[in-house]
Amino acid sequence: MSGVSRTYAQERATGQTRTRRGTGTTGNPERAVRALADVSLHADRGEVLAVVGPSGCGKTTLLELICGLQSPDAGTVRSEPAALMPQRDLLLPWLSAVDNAALALRIAKRPRAQARERASALFAELGLAGFEEAHPHKLSGGMRQRVAFVRTLLSGKPVLCLDEPFGALDAITRAEMQGWLARALAREPRTVVLVTHDVEEAVLLADRVAVLCARPGRVVAELEIALPRPRARTDPAVVALRERALIALGLGGDS
Amino acid sequence: MRRGVLKALPAVLLAAVALGAWELYVDLGGVDPALLPPPHAVAAALWDNADLLWHNFTITAEEVMLGLGLALIGGFALGVAIHFSPLLRRAAYPHAVGSQAVPIAVIAAPLVFWWGFGIFPKLFVIALICFFPVVVTTVDGLAAVDPDQLKLLRTLDASRWQAFRFAELPAALPAALSGARIALAVGVIGAFIAETSTATTGPYAGLGHEIMADLNSLQAPREYAATAVLFLFAIACFYTLTVAERRLAPWTTRPGGDSR
Repeated sequence: MSGVSRTYAQERATGQTRTRRGTGTTGNPERAVRALADVSLHADRGEVLAVVGPSGCGKTTLLELICGLQSPDAGTVRSEPAALMPQRDLLLPWLSAVDNAALALRIAKRPRAQARERASALFAELGLAGFEEAHPHKLSGGMRQRVAFVRTLLSGKPVLCLDEPFGALDAITRAEMQGWLARALAREPRTVVLVTHDVEEAVLLADRVAVLCARPGRVVAELEIALPRPRARTDPAVVALRERALIALGLGGDS
Repeated sequence: MRRGVLKALPAVLLAAVALGAWELYVDLGGVDPALLPPPHAVAAALWDNADLLWHNFTITAEEVMLGLGLALIGGFALGVAIHFSPLLRRAAYPHAVGSQAVPIAVIAAPLVFWWGFGIFPKLFVIALICFFPVVVTTVDGLAAVDPDQLKLLRTLDASRWQAFRFAELPAALPAALSGARIALAVGVIGAFIAETSTATTGPYAGLGHEIMADLNSLQAPREYAATAVLFLFAIACFYTLTVAERRLAPWTTRPGGDSR
């Protein structure tokens, strides 16, 4: 299962998210919410693993465990260094788009000009050319997400954790962004853990889909998506897999 | 430029109405002009004593600028230090609050004893009066940074200093600048307090001194003329800083005609 050349990000974690006011390292057990239970997942190097589930299934906790922002109360998390693309784009309003995208390079103490140059190169590829100096509040939601993605990509980390990257976008922009992400990953393959509540998005983008149930989050199904790319929403194989995932979520038979 | 004039119009009109009412009140015998001189007398005093008022204005303006500079640097530095050190917060914050209750007259004598009749005791007094709003707004501004932004910076392996430089400092800047504007507004009256509570060698050293001297020699129109200069100076300072804020923290002022 785990080879030398493989990313082996196994989750066997009973994660708990604590409310912010929990004190000390143990937290207040009465306020603790058990977010994940016996979740066992792995992603091979270069694989896109989608995690779908209803809200409250601990998806965000899972990503924070992989990125080392939380440590599990039980079990282990093993992963190569992972970068997080949070649900909110969290672009810094005082930096221009290109400076936001180059943030990881600046933090790595690269010279500013060089960092901006590398980010600008990706801007052109991702349809952001001409918006380098725009501040985030001047950008559309879809553009902000793309800038956030460039920022995540330029962190240079082999694993990308995408937390509902298109959840806040309207349906048309979301469809555009999905196509765009598929192309970006085809060009620059990374190990990706894509958290989403959109089953169709998962089937379109991922090599494998893990379906979680809520409170506490557990894996109820894992689907291999061995379909060629690019995939069409209307492809019968895509529709069938989407249906299987919905059934695993207990929502099947409505289409 | 024309838009700037239009924006100032309501304030100018309000001033005209208030001055007109004041003029009528005094002219109709509501009060002895020796106690409250009418605006036309103040305007005449302003004109007749322009050189003297200008001389004293430059002294007071220098005190305000330098004292305020000390307050901004000191207040901001203390705010940042308090943000980084909970121990310092517990140790210094209560005293910073308490310092605002100290009557300047009480400390004026030792200040003059240490630093003489020059500008230094005055700068200290102005800085003491001004620094507090800067400390409070800086501390609160630094604490108000979006915790998710800090979390994001952590995933990008930012050091404590980098989190400060990229997130906390710019996030706190608008609040700190608001503190600076409050400091500026109180800085002008701070200069008056500083001048009148610490002795000076020159006869007319600063507008505060002049106001007290005119008060004692029953020169009410000139006293009011000097006050008018202070009034206008505070307004000018305030708006200068507002313009500076637009340059230093442009992301906080989103122009109305935003294309989004």
